[in-house]
Amino acid sequence: MSSRDKILAAVKQNQPALQALPDVTPLVDTFPSSAEKFAETLAAIGGKAYEIQNITEIPVILGERDASTRVINLVDGLTIANAETQVGDIDPHTLENVDLAIIKAHFAVAENGAVWVTSDLLQQRALPFITQHLAVVINYDDVVGTMHQAYNRIADLDYDWAAFIAGPSKTADIEQSLVIGAHGARSMSVFILKQV
Amino acid sequence: MNLATKDHAELAEQFNKDENRVDWHDETLWWIRQKRDKAAHNIPDWEMLRETASQIKNNVLGNIHQYLLDFEAQAQENGITIHWAADAAEHNQIILGLLQDMGINRMVKSKSMLTEECHLNDFLAAHGIETIDSDLGERIVQLAKEPPSHIVLPCIHKKKEEIGELFHEHLGTPAGNSDPQFLAETARQHLRETFLTRRAALTGVNFAIAETGEFVVCTNEGNADMGAHLADIHIASMGFEKIIPERKHLGVFLRLLTRSATGQPITTYSSHFKKPRKGQQMHIVIVDNGRTAQLGREDFRNSLKCIRCAACMNTCPVYRRSGGHSYHTAIAGPIGSILAPNLDMEKYSDLPFASTLCGSCSNVCPVKIDIHQQLYKWRQVIVQKGYAPAAKKMAMQGMTFMLSNPSVYRAGGKMGRLALKYVPFAVNNGMNPWYKHRDMPNPPKQSFGEWYEKNRGGKK
Repeated sequence: MSSRDKILAAVKQNQPALQALPDVTPLVDTFPSSAEKFAETLAAIGGKAYEIQNITEIPVILGERDASTRVINLVDGLTIANAETQVGDIDPHTLENVDLAIIKAHFAVAENGAVWVTSDLLQQRALPFITQHLAVVINYDDVVGTMHQAYNRIADLDYDWAAFIAGPSKTADIEQSLVIGAHGARSMSVFILKQV
Repeated sequence: MNLATKDHAELAEQFNKDENRVDWHDETLWWIRQKRDKAAHNIPDWEMLRETASQIKNNVLGNIHQYLLDFEAQAQENGITIHWAADAAEHNQIILGLLQDMGINRMVKSKSMLTEECHLNDFLAAHGIETIDSDLGERIVQLAKEPPSHIVLPCIHKKKEEIGELFHEHLGTPAGNSDPQFLAETARQHLRETFLTRRAALTGVNFAIAETGEFVVCTNEGNADMGAHLADIHIASMGFEKIIPERKHLGVFLRLLTRSATGQPITTYSSHFKKPRKGQQMHIVIVDNGRTAQLGREDFRNSLKCIRCAACMNTCPVYRRSGGHSYHTAIAGPIGSILAPNLDMEKYSDLPFASTLCGSCSNVCPVKIDIHQQLYKWRQVIVQKGYAPAAKKMAMQGMTFMLSNPSVYRAGGKMGRLALKYVPFAVNNGMNPWYKHRDMPNPPKQSFGEWYEKNRGGKK
């Protein structure tokens, strides 16, 4: 008998009587789904949110960059000088010198400061990790309160790879001193686009 | 470091030699426990959340056979290769085979307590394969040639000066520099080179979803993703109890995990791996290694609900003052003390006794495992199976004799009081374990029995 069959047989033999799954719905609406709350939570975990009226404000806020720094811009309708917009077909290792990546996220979560991204938005899964700095654009109305609302929204969607990203990468492994910029991005800015 | 031959009490004694360090360790972990409390109190429905998580996990235990079949079928459909390992040796062999097939001799690995349990790094090293741990804390203990002392904070027992010295020796930083910011930046540069040059990445699994065949890996550093997205082959190791029914249940567990662990609202990255990248291989090794036996032990199967947050360690008065290495097992603290005897009852017979049974662990556990009850039950099993230490057995037999013979009990009590009063050196010495780190009490003038006889005697 293979290990698979042995393990599955032993599991079947030893598992206890079935208990019903609980209802998750009472937990769903227990946190305000506001962009302001999201911005507050994001700030507390080391990120920064900017409420903007027009996408053209983004390059102004990001500021001037040396022409030699590598910037990847994957946001439709956003113009960034000297930025690359197509990285889908390259070897991801060649992204090692990216200084700034600007990406779109589907929505944000107010209770924990996370944004939800899927691989189809990124062209390269490695991009939001390997870049030195990460900027994310979301729509003002795309903020949910809790993770339960988030998963209700994701429920039946298909993706190859996806992630919640909440702030810059960090570590507190050395004597519990918080250091921002572990292996992933050193900063995370989220632009909340309020259509007028 | 050889931890194999000493028991918890002896190892704790080594840790306790440096009192300042013990105080620092104790306070650091308590501070993390307080952060957990703050995060929990910010969620109005925290207790409902815990209860829901507990019920989901209870459902998993009762239906795990079907969930594993569903997960396997879904993951295979998604293009992931599934392997099954009955024990640590088979797990290690599968991984070695995968690497050898691709001619790979260097691998980068993010946190996986299962690979610690299986001693994967040592096994691969013996076969000429180098493994670099990419979590900063794990990298630090790896450089120090030590196991992690805590499942979430692997080098919580190390002072920054010691880490500075390790980095000086291994990574060429200037001697005497122990600034956490500087050291973490050095590790970032050092490991970035590793991520960019390794063709194989191994990660753990926090949650595996039966419904969709995807698995979720949580990190703050981004190291699991840096490894996995740059490697030709991604191997994920998981104990079969990591399975949860549906994607929406992640909402419950991701809300609980980091709030319980460190007081953060969520880890920086919660990565959902469903399909391999184009041109990449993705493998999952599903491991038993004693878990089916634990599933069959009615009193102990709830330990398989654990989501590895370490809240029970941070709150435990014994863990905080004895250090993770005193548990001489991959998973320390209260939860480790109920998991380890299942793997080897004789070797870990000391661990269920390394507790005050205060119950704080059960109170903070996000999935409501009855940890302290299980510690108490393990003690009974261990004594019945004959694995209690000889001295404890003799003492217990002596107690049984004395407590069932009133005249012996009274004489013994009197002798004890007299000894404490007139020959204190007979008990105030190193032979008496109750004298360690504390003074013996002042003896009462009389026993309660004598007091009762005198004051209430004859009155009915």
